[in-house]
Amino acid sequence: MKVLVPVKRVIDYNVKVRVKADQTGVELANVKMSMNPFDEIAVEEAIRMKEAGKATEVVAVSVGPAQAQETIRTALAMGADRGIHVVHDGEVEPLAVAKMLKALVEKEQPGVVILGKQAIDDDCNQTGQMLSALLGWSQATFASKVEIGDGELTVTREVDGGLETVKVKTPAIITTDLRLNEPRYASLPNIMKAKKKPIDQSTPADLGVDPAPRLATLKVVEPPKRQGGVKVADVAELVSKLKNEAKVI
Amino acid sequence: MSALVFAEHENGALRPATLNAVAAAAQMSDQVVLLVAGKDCGAAAEAAAKVAGVSKVVKVDSAEYEHTLAENLAPLIAQLAKDHSHVVAAATTVGKNIMPRAAALLDVAQVSDIIEVVDAETFVRPIYAGNALATVKSSDAIKVVTVRGTNFEPVAAEGGSADIEDAGAAGDAGLSSFVGQSLSKSDRPELTSARIVISGGRGMQNGENFKMLEEVADKLNAAVGASRAAVDAGFVPNEYQVGQTGKVVAPELYIAVGISGAIQHLAGMKDSKVIVAINKDEEAPIFQVADYGLVADLFKAVPELSKALD
Repeated sequence: MKVLVPVKRVIDYNVKVRVKADQTGVELANVKMSMNPFDEIAVEEAIRMKEAGKATEVVAVSVGPAQAQETIRTALAMGADRGIHVVHDGEVEPLAVAKMLKALVEKEQPGVVILGKQAIDDDCNQTGQMLSALLGWSQATFASKVEIGDGELTVTREVDGGLETVKVKTPAIITTDLRLNEPRYASLPNIMKAKKKPIDQSTPADLGVDPAPRLATLKVVEPPKRQGGVKVADVAELVSKLKNEAKVI
Repeated sequence: MSALVFAEHENGALRPATLNAVAAAAQMSDQVVLLVAGKDCGAAAEAAAKVAGVSKVVKVDSAEYEHTLAENLAPLIAQLAKDHSHVVAAATTVGKNIMPRAAALLDVAQVSDIIEVVDAETFVRPIYAGNALATVKSSDAIKVVTVRGTNFEPVAAEGGSADIEDAGAAGDAGLSSFVGQSLSKSDRPELTSARIVISGGRGMQNGENFKMLEEVADKLNAAVGASRAAVDAGFVPNEYQVGQTGKVVAPELYIAVGISGAIQHLAGMKDSKVIVAINKDEEAPIFQVADYGLVADLFKAVPELSKALD
């Protein structure tokens, strides 16, 4: 079984994001970029499937500008076998990405596609579900445990009230939640090896997809700043303030 | 045109988040239609018909909707959506799972987790963990939207008298099945709708110590939450997590105990009306958003707080 893992290049989760003065978006110039953390979990899960003898090949895919290749290299250094880079500059929405991935799935015929449940830039949480819909596959979203059976997966999902377990037929889409695994760091020899692993290039047009956004971003602004408050000396003062000043208890 | 709202329900009652979603939908369209799909969902449909401002309830009673499987519900929603200008759901794990699948079947974009309705096609939504707010306008014929509940006052659960109309099921896709669930049982209020929330972080050191927070919670009728660090460390289960990728809360009072205040956590609680931080590290970023900060050892301060509330 082949596993396809889409990975996205995003602003590193430690970076303090700054809104551009002209309100068109956030500042991306000279900002540290990394693989979306949920996608790292997806790559790790795919590699573990391969190490367990359940998967034969792990293919990492990214849609993005020239630098997205670095994100694919990161996946290759972790242990993915090869990459596919769909070169596209500018914004691309989950529906268009799902359509590109669908075209790649039809070509590559994986048994499972593992995606991060959301990207920490647009926080959309859509691409996996959309890809699943377009393929007519099953979907196991927000996964914290995946067991591979015969023609099916048993997946534990993180839901608002706790955990839910579902069985889904393969081929299937999995989206990862935080507790699925702890991604490995790439070792130096593996980083060197990854440089020789092949990355195919493609374009949205090659895949027959129009990447034009459906949503127009009218403006991007900073949220209202919260004023820092006061320090209290002890618990007694805290309780008194909450009772008499804030009147919340 | 009208807005179709996907209702979440259990045991014959609507889940609270649905009332927030109806409130948002009412700002998009004059007509709000509630979809109640389930197995033996008559009582839930009756409850839906009483919701203030709902003009019609569409009931789809069929075995394949017993559990909220996206593979079965998304085609039903997509089929019914054709009569509406908007399809709306709460941005809960159920809504997040189903709605993008319905949107893709309709070949439209989804606008996730909105916090404001500007007009029928324009919405405000947080991006980058709430560090930026984007105003987006949809050009699609049907707008598929999920709603952040804490930003919309819920409509009244009573007062309406909508007609209930039965609609045909879309069939079992045969792709997935429900095996089981393990949900936390608690008499405390639900995290996302509680008036007061007390959360613990890595500083709690272990799960046993969360009992201190539970004691305070019981005295304040509060819900208990946690930071990602506390959940990852196994102190408490995943459903406690407040933050960018967990739950978003906006209570009257949020008490952060032993939480440093990473931006991912702040994303889930910074809209709280009053924030209290108890942390022994006076440099902790949580103090920058706290209305009342107490620099103290939580193992002394929390029992004291509990005592002071007697």
